[in-house]
Amino acid sequence: MGEFWEFVLAPVLIFESWQFGMEVVISGLLAGVMYSLVALGFVLIYKASGMFNFAQGVLVLFAALNLAGFIGLGIPIPLAILLTIGVMILFAIVVEYLILRHLVNQEQIILFMATIGLAFFLSAFGETIWGSDVKKLDVGIPQGRFEPFGIQIQYLELTAGAVAAALVTVLAIFFNKTKIGRALRAVADDHQAALSVGINLRTIWIIVWAVSGIVALVAGTMWGAKSGVQFSLSEIALKALPVLILGGFESIPGAIIGGLIIGLGEKLAEVGWGPYVGGAIEDWFAYILAMVFLVFRPQGLFGEKIIERV
Amino acid sequence: MFYREAGQFYTSYAKDQGIFQLRQDKYGLWGILFIAFIVIPVGLYLLVQGGLMAASTKDYLYNSIFLLLLVNSMAALGLNILTGYCGQISLGTAGFMGVGAFAAYKFSTGMNYRNQHEDDAGELVSQLVPMLPPIDNPLILMILAGAVTSVVGVIFGLPSLRIKGFYLAVATLAAQFFLVWCFSRVEWLYDYVSSSTIQVPPMKLFGLVVTGSETVMRDGQQVTIYPAAETKYLICLATVVFFAFVAKNMVRGRIGRAWMAIRDMDIAAQLIGIRPLATKLLAFAVSSFFCGVAGAMLFIFYLGALEGAEAFNINESFAVLFMVIIGGLGSITGAFLGAAFITLIPIFLVIFFPWLGGQFGIPVSTALVEHIQFMIFGALIIIFLIMEPLGLARLWQIGKERLRQWPFPY
Amino acid sequence: MRLKGLTLGLAAAVAATGIAAPAVQAADSQYFPLLTYRTGPYAPNGIPFANGTIDYFNYVNLKHGGVNGVKLVWEECETAYNTKKGVECFERLKGKGATVVYPNSTGITYKLIPNAPKDKVVILSSGYGRTDASDGRVFPWVFTAPTTYWSQASAFIKYIGAQEGGMDKLKGKKIALIYHNSAYGKEPIRTLNLLARKLGYKLTTLAVNHPGQEQKATWLQIRRDRPDWILLWGWGVMNQVAIKEAINTGFNLERMIGVWWSGAETDVVPSGAAAKGYKAGTFHAAGGDFPLFHDIKKVVYGAGKGFKDGEKYIGQVLWNRGILTGVITTEAMRNAQKKFGVKRVNGDQMRWGFENLNLTESRLAELGLKGFTKGIKITCADHEGNGPVLIQQWDGKKWNIISDFISPMQEVVRPLIEKSAAAYAKANKITPRKC
Repeated sequence: MGEFWEFVLAPVLIFESWQFGMEVVISGLLAGVMYSLVALGFVLIYKASGMFNFAQGVLVLFAALNLAGFIGLGIPIPLAILLTIGVMILFAIVVEYLILRHLVNQEQIILFMATIGLAFFLSAFGETIWGSDVKKLDVGIPQGRFEPFGIQIQYLELTAGAVAAALVTVLAIFFNKTKIGRALRAVADDHQAALSVGINLRTIWIIVWAVSGIVALVAGTMWGAKSGVQFSLSEIALKALPVLILGGFESIPGAIIGGLIIGLGEKLAEVGWGPYVGGAIEDWFAYILAMVFLVFRPQGLFGEKIIERV
Repeated sequence: MFYREAGQFYTSYAKDQGIFQLRQDKYGLWGILFIAFIVIPVGLYLLVQGGLMAASTKDYLYNSIFLLLLVNSMAALGLNILTGYCGQISLGTAGFMGVGAFAAYKFSTGMNYRNQHEDDAGELVSQLVPMLPPIDNPLILMILAGAVTSVVGVIFGLPSLRIKGFYLAVATLAAQFFLVWCFSRVEWLYDYVSSSTIQVPPMKLFGLVVTGSETVMRDGQQVTIYPAAETKYLICLATVVFFAFVAKNMVRGRIGRAWMAIRDMDIAAQLIGIRPLATKLLAFAVSSFFCGVAGAMLFIFYLGALEGAEAFNINESFAVLFMVIIGGLGSITGAFLGAAFITLIPIFLVIFFPWLGGQFGIPVSTALVEHIQFMIFGALIIIFLIMEPLGLARLWQIGKERLRQWPFPY
Repeated sequence: MRLKGLTLGLAAAVAATGIAAPAVQAADSQYFPLLTYRTGPYAPNGIPFANGTIDYFNYVNLKHGGVNGVKLVWEECETAYNTKKGVECFERLKGKGATVVYPNSTGITYKLIPNAPKDKVVILSSGYGRTDASDGRVFPWVFTAPTTYWSQASAFIKYIGAQEGGMDKLKGKKIALIYHNSAYGKEPIRTLNLLARKLGYKLTTLAVNHPGQEQKATWLQIRRDRPDWILLWGWGVMNQVAIKEAINTGFNLERMIGVWWSGAETDVVPSGAAAKGYKAGTFHAAGGDFPLFHDIKKVVYGAGKGFKDGEKYIGQVLWNRGILTGVITTEAMRNAQKKFGVKRVNGDQMRWGFENLNLTESRLAELGLKGFTKGIKITCADHEGNGPVLIQQWDGKKWNIISDFISPMQEVVRPLIEKSAAAYAKANKITPRKC
C-alpha cells in the first residue's frame, strides 16, 4: 500500500488493533455526548425564541461557578444544587424582564449580538462574585476506569453519557407530555398562533431560559469535574457549535446525534490524520465536517426544511 | 438653520448623482479629512513642542489608539460590505485578516522556502531560499495581501450558495479555525521559525523609516532612526480613506445594488436577473480584500510581530462583527462609528474607573476594573441593541434630520 | 434621545479624564509598570504571580524604605493575557518613567522586543518569552534570567537520562511532548528534536489547541504509543485536564514532567491528592519556609498592607516566582545605583545594572532566601545567567523539590541561541554588539 493510501485511510487503519480502534470510537462518542450537553441548551432557546444564544457557554460557567461556590461555602451538595437551580431560575426571570421583552420582533442577528453582550456581562459578573481561582468541583461523580476486553473506558465519561440520556428522556417527556411542553412546542411552531390561543410568551421564555440554565448546570458539572471550574469553561461553547449546525438548531435529537457524529469524526480524524499533518486538527475538522453535511442539507440533519417564496 | 438644502439645486446629472447631496455634507467631510490629516499631526506636534504633552503620550495616542482605530475601521468596512450590504454573516473575519498579514509577511521576505539536507557529518543543514525578490514597500504589500485574501475569501465563500443565515455564520467559523490552524502549523507561512511568530522586516516609504530601524552615520556618529508614529498614522489614514472612497462608490453603484437585492430577498433578486453566484462571490472577494488589507496593516504598522493563532483568534472576529452591527449594517459611516465605539469604550473605561476611584481616594484593583469594564461593555451593547438596533449610523442620520429642522421644527 | 445624552456624557467624561498631562515624578521614587493578568482564562496563574512581585515591592518599601531610600512605586495594568491589551498598557504606562517591564506573556514579549532600544526599557522575561533573546549581543535590552525554555528542555532530558540510569540508556526510549499549540508551547521542540538526533530517543509531539478543555484525542495517542516519559508544556486549563487525563488513563505520573508553567498549585487543584507523584520543572525553591517570607507575612500582611485574601498565596510556586522577579529587579537597580551614584535610575543605567548583575548565593542568604535559587550571573553576551533547573514533585498536598540543580546542556543550547539570534539580527539589519 502506497504512502498516499496509508494517509487517506489512516482513520480506518487505526482499527488494525481492534481494541484501540474501539477505544477511539467509544471515547469519540462519549466526548460527543459531552458536546451535546452544551448544545442542548442552545437548541432549547433557539426553539422557543429564535435566539441564537451565544451566552450558553458562559451560562455553563456561571452555573458551575455558583455550584462550586456554594459547595465551597460549606453548604451540603444537594442543597447547593437546589440553590444553584434557584439562581438559574432567577437569572431567567431577570433576563426576560431586562432583555428579552425589549427585543421582540428584532432581527436574528440583533438577538445574537445581544446574547454576546450578555455573555460579556455574565462572565465578569460571575468572576466578580466568586473570584478567578480554579475551583474543585466534586459532586461524587466516580473517577477511574475499567477495561473490558482491554478497552479502556472512563467512569466519568460513562456517567456523562448516562446523564445525557436521562436528560434527553426527561426533556422529551417534558416537551411531549406536559401542558407547558405542548405550549413550548406551539410557540416554537408559530409565535403568533401561540399568542392567539392564549399562551403567555413571556412565561414560556422564562421557563425555557430556566430549563436551559439547568441543562447548563448539568454540562458545567460534567466538564467541571474534569478541569475544575474556571473561566475557560465558557469557551466550550465553540465546541458545541459544529454539533448544532450538524444537528439543526431546532432539534433535540439532532443535538445528540450531531454530538455523536462530531465527537466520533473529530477523534478518528485527529488520531488518524493528526500525526501526518502536525496534529491539533480536531477543532477545524469538526467545523468542516459539519459544513460538508450542510452543503447537502442546508438546514442541518434534523432541522426544519426551509421553504422560500417570493 | 445652517444645515439646509434650501437654495441648492442640481443643474446637471453629475451633480444629481454626487455622493453628497448637500453642500454642508461635502464641507463636513473635507473638514473631517482636514482635521485627520493636518490638524491632528500638527496639533499634537505643537503640543509636544510646547511642553503641554509628554512625547510618550503622543506616541500612545498614535500607536495604541489611532492606529488600532484605523485598522479596525478597515476591517469593519470589509465586513460591512459582506454582512451589511450583501447580507451574508461571517465569523471568519479574523482568519481573513490573518491571511492578509501572512501574505504581507511572505511577500516582504521573498516567499522563502526551505532547502533541507544532511551534510557529510549527518547534521541537518537547512537554508531558506527566496523565490521572489523581497518587497519592501508597505503600500504594494497591502495591495498584494488584499489580493491573496480575496482569493481565499472566495474559496470559503463558496458554501454560501447553499447555506444561509446562521448556518452560514457558523460555517464561516470553519474558515476561521482552519486558517488559524494553518498559521500555527504550516511552517512555510512563518519561515520555519520554531515559535511560529512572524516579524515585519525593516521597510521604508518615500525615504522614511516605516518599520524596524535604520542605523546611519550622522556627523561621524552612529544614529539609529526609528519610525515616527506620524508616518505610520498618515500612511494608514490615507489607505483607509482611499478604500472608504472605493467602498462608498462601489455600494452606490450597480454592484452595490445587486448586493442589496441579494440581501433583501435572494429569490426576488434572481428573478430580476441578478446572478447569485457571481454576486455573492464578488461580495466575498471585495470584503476579503478589505479584511486582508486590514490584516496587513495590523501586522506591518500596529503589531510588528505577531503570532497568528493569538492575534487572529475568534474573539477578533466577534469584535469586528460588533463594530459592524453597533455602527449600523449597510453604512460606510457606520463602520467608522462602530469601530470607534468598540475600540475606544473599553480603553476609556479602563482609564476612567481608576481615575474615578482616585478622585474619591478609593483604590480600585485592576481585576475589578476589568470586570466592571466587561459588565458595562456588555450592558451597553444590550442597551444599545434595544434602543437603536439600526446602529450608530441611524443615530447619526436622525441627528442630521433634526439639524435640518433646527431651530424651527415646524 | 436618551442615547444622545449618554453619548454626550461619555464624551464629556473622556475629556474630563484627560489622558494627556506629562507625568511628574518625585526624584526619590522609581516607577514600575506591571502588566498583569488577573482576569480571563489564565487568571488563576496570573494572580499569585502578580501578587508575589507586588508583595515584595511593598515589603522593600515598608521594611527598608525602598531601595537605598528610593521608594518603589508601581501601577498595574490588566492585560488578560491578550497581546493587544498588553501593548496598549505598555504604551500608556511607559511614559511615566518606566525602566523595566515584565511582559508576562509570550505574545507581548515578542511585540515589545524590537522597540525596547527606542523606549529604553529593559524587558525582563524570567523563564518565558523569546529564548534566543538570551544573546545579549543582538538583544541588549532583553533579559531572560535565570533560565529559558531551551535550557529547561535540555535539563529535562538530562534528568530523564539520570532516572533511566545514564544518558546512553535514552536510546530507543519514547518521549512524548504534549504542548500548548502556540509560540510558547512550540519553544522546546527544536531543542528536543536536536537532542533526539544526538541521543537516539524517539520524540512524539502532540499539540493541544487553546484552551485545552478537551484532550481525548491526545490521550488516545498516548495510549497507543505508550511513551516512557511525557513532557507537558501546557498553560491554563490545559494543565488541569492533562493531569486529570493522565490519572484517568492510568499513566504513571512519576514519569510525567511539566514545564515550570505547568507546575503550580492551581494546576493540580481539580485532581488534588490523586495527582500525587506528578513532577514539574522550576527554577526556584517551593514552599514558604524562608526567613524573607515570614518577614513579608509580618511586615506586609501583619500591617494590613497586603492583598485581600492574599496571604494564602505566600509560598505557592507562582508567588515565589513573582518574588524572584522582584528580587532580580531590585538587585539590578541597586547595582545601577552603586555604579552611577544616583538615586533614581534611568533606562540606560537600569540596563547596565541588569547586564552586570551578580546575584550570589550569599547575597540571597542576606535577603532571607538562602537556597531559594542558584546564584545568577549575567554577562554582556549571556543574558540568561547560568540557568539552574530544579525538578519538583507534588505529594498530594504541596510541591517538594526532589532534585539538585541541574545545569542545562549549554554546549547544545547556546549554539542554538546564537544561531537563532544571528538570523534575527540579519533579518532586522541589526549589527550585533561586540562583547
